[in-house]
Amino acid sequence: MYRVALIGSPNVGKSTIYNNLTKNHEHTGNWAGKTVSYTKGLCNYKNEVFEFVDLPGTYSLISKSKEEMIATDYIFDGDFDVAVVVCDATSLEKGLNLVLQTEEICHKVVMVVNLMDEAIKKELEIDLDLLEKRLGIKVVPTMARDKVGLDKILDAIREVQVKDYLDINYGILNKEIELACLDLKETNKNNKWLSLRLLENNEHYNNKINQNGYLTGASHLMEAKNNLQNVDVSLEIVGRINKLGKNILKNVVKKTKQNKTERKIDRILTSKIWGIPIMLLMLLVVFYITIVGANYPSDLLFKFFASLESKLINILEFIHLPSVIIHLLVDGVYKTLYWVVSVMLPPMMIFFPIFSFLEDLGVLPRIAFNMDKAFSKCEACGKQSLTMCMGIGCNAVGVTGARIIDSKRERLIAILTNVFMPCNGKFPTIIAIISIFMTSLNARFSSIVSALILTGFIALGILITFIVSFILAKTILKGEASSFTLELPPYRMPKIWDTLIYSIKNRAIFVLGRAVKVAMPAGVVIWLIANIKINNGSLASYLINFLEPIGLLLGVDGVVILAILMGFPANEIVIPAMLMLYLNSATLINLENNQFLYNILVSNGWTIKTALCFLMLMMFHFPCSTTLLTIKKETNSKYYTFLSFVIPSIVGVLLAITLNLIL
Amino acid sequence: MTLDMLKLNEEGLIKKVSGLELLKRRLLDLGFIPGEITKCVLISPFREPKAYLINNNVIALRSKDAKNVEVELCIE
Repeated sequence: MYRVALIGSPNVGKSTIYNNLTKNHEHTGNWAGKTVSYTKGLCNYKNEVFEFVDLPGTYSLISKSKEEMIATDYIFDGDFDVAVVVCDATSLEKGLNLVLQTEEICHKVVMVVNLMDEAIKKELEIDLDLLEKRLGIKVVPTMARDKVGLDKILDAIREVQVKDYLDINYGILNKEIELACLDLKETNKNNKWLSLRLLENNEHYNNKINQNGYLTGASHLMEAKNNLQNVDVSLEIVGRINKLGKNILKNVVKKTKQNKTERKIDRILTSKIWGIPIMLLMLLVVFYITIVGANYPSDLLFKFFASLESKLINILEFIHLPSVIIHLLVDGVYKTLYWVVSVMLPPMMIFFPIFSFLEDLGVLPRIAFNMDKAFSKCEACGKQSLTMCMGIGCNAVGVTGARIIDSKRERLIAILTNVFMPCNGKFPTIIAIISIFMTSLNARFSSIVSALILTGFIALGILITFIVSFILAKTILKGEASSFTLELPPYRMPKIWDTLIYSIKNRAIFVLGRAVKVAMPAGVVIWLIANIKINNGSLASYLINFLEPIGLLLGVDGVVILAILMGFPANEIVIPAMLMLYLNSATLINLENNQFLYNILVSNGWTIKTALCFLMLMMFHFPCSTTLLTIKKETNSKYYTFLSFVIPSIVGVLLAITLNLIL
Repeated sequence: MTLDMLKLNEEGLIKKVSGLELLKRRLLDLGFIPGEITKCVLISPFREPKAYLINNNVIALRSKDAKNVEVELCIE
């Protein structure tokens, strides 16, 4: 078996290579940080097994950031056979530096020059034979997205020769490296590399060297450090490696022309006048397609599952289950389950593929670029704008998406505020209430007016996000605003099929899976609330009476509060639960049309004020159970999960009380 | 002058990179190395951040971070 470590900078197609070789569909990232910890996968070729480890994207092996340390440690510890360094053909300088750094601590290295197709498009001529000769290691050209050249990587791994550690000329550091080496005992590592880490005071490696007991003394090291007092050691190291790389690449790459069209597109997408409007328009189109496109399949799914209901009852009766259990299973569990599936699945199947398409195309980093200023004012990260967009699709996905934010503090801000963006599940409810209370039902422009009001609500969500982010950054999540470096990768036409498969499998199904898990027990609870009788009333009526004073304070009633609580597994069932409670029914009730909803609400005392207060509570309350589970998983902290529950609830309650008092 | 002072389409020769260790390292890793030439290619609608072309890559930096890169304006 060959154990292979895959390393490379972000955006060079490393994960694409990994996925295609191991058939393990890990997503390709457009920015750093997608592969947070490393993943392993197997591949068979010519009767041999290859085990690949996909390391986090890293620009160098001498970096000090946490994520990049994972890659460096893995290469340094050397628990593998061959290191494969993936480079971007259109930017060989950067990749080559990583190759050289790998060669310093690794005996078997293969260089992969990926994205050859883009180099050809950019009319770059690369003399790979010359590069191979100068480096003395195998150089494999690939176009990973088209699966070209991947078998050549495996061949190169089979044929790789052991090579001495690369000895780089570090100029004025050379003498001091020799000196510091005197304090190190014989190791199977590259002692020169180790002494460089000591000379540049790399804390992580200082500890590592101490732990491994590599040091035999300190006097020579002290002397060497003394001699280098006025030298910026790390700058010298990087400069020397870079210079070596430049020399190697001389006459290897011939540039013929600059890519002008890309700059032109960028100038428009980030222009002062058009940048923001184009972005907003793009988002609006995506949401419009999602909402409109999901209606029909949702309806179809719903009818399909509903038609199975009677058959299910027949089967359960056939096996002689008591009727109470049958009702619990069918009206409680099954109904809630298919309700959640039919309302959640279609919008996600539409939203996430479109979103992933924009992501793979390279549009999203431009959005973060445009929006960063506003976030930097809140001491947050511009990439939060992207997690907010994902949040409109589904808060759970937005929370997971926060992994793209490097700083932990800024990532937590993005996670804790994500729920302020109304998700797909809240949209239909908000739209229904807007259209029956704020636009007259039959007016000619009602759909435009309600679209505008909806936009207003989203804007309110954005405003609250900024305010809460700011408050968090000043209080609980205080700290230095971290540096913001964002690569704007070239636009790349995504492989539509791969994007589709990925987004459905890793996003839509992922969310649905979690939702289903909660929907079943929630179905039991909902059924019990509606069906348990105490004395002469149902459990529901007791709960409603209990919640009534709270409801009145918030400008609504007990039913609304109970319905929102029952919507914990999925926001989509708030209205069905509300109808169930108002009509005293034993199961969730489908919304036939807006007129029907209007009549019921008005006959239960709803006014426009009730509607507004309800909308505030609907927009701003605790995240749904799926999102909450995801937050727990992502933050690995009960405290932050608790905060994510409490903060939006407080905001909603405050807004509702305020509206109730002033209107 | 420092990198953040480059206007759109202006090129600068990098003279020195300073700043906190982590940031400096990140800048160096991204290719902002003394001796290299960089160019300001994009400015965000709110004037911040700006994006620079370095080694064929476009990297966006906030002014406060770009201040750590000392450059000399290249006159064509």
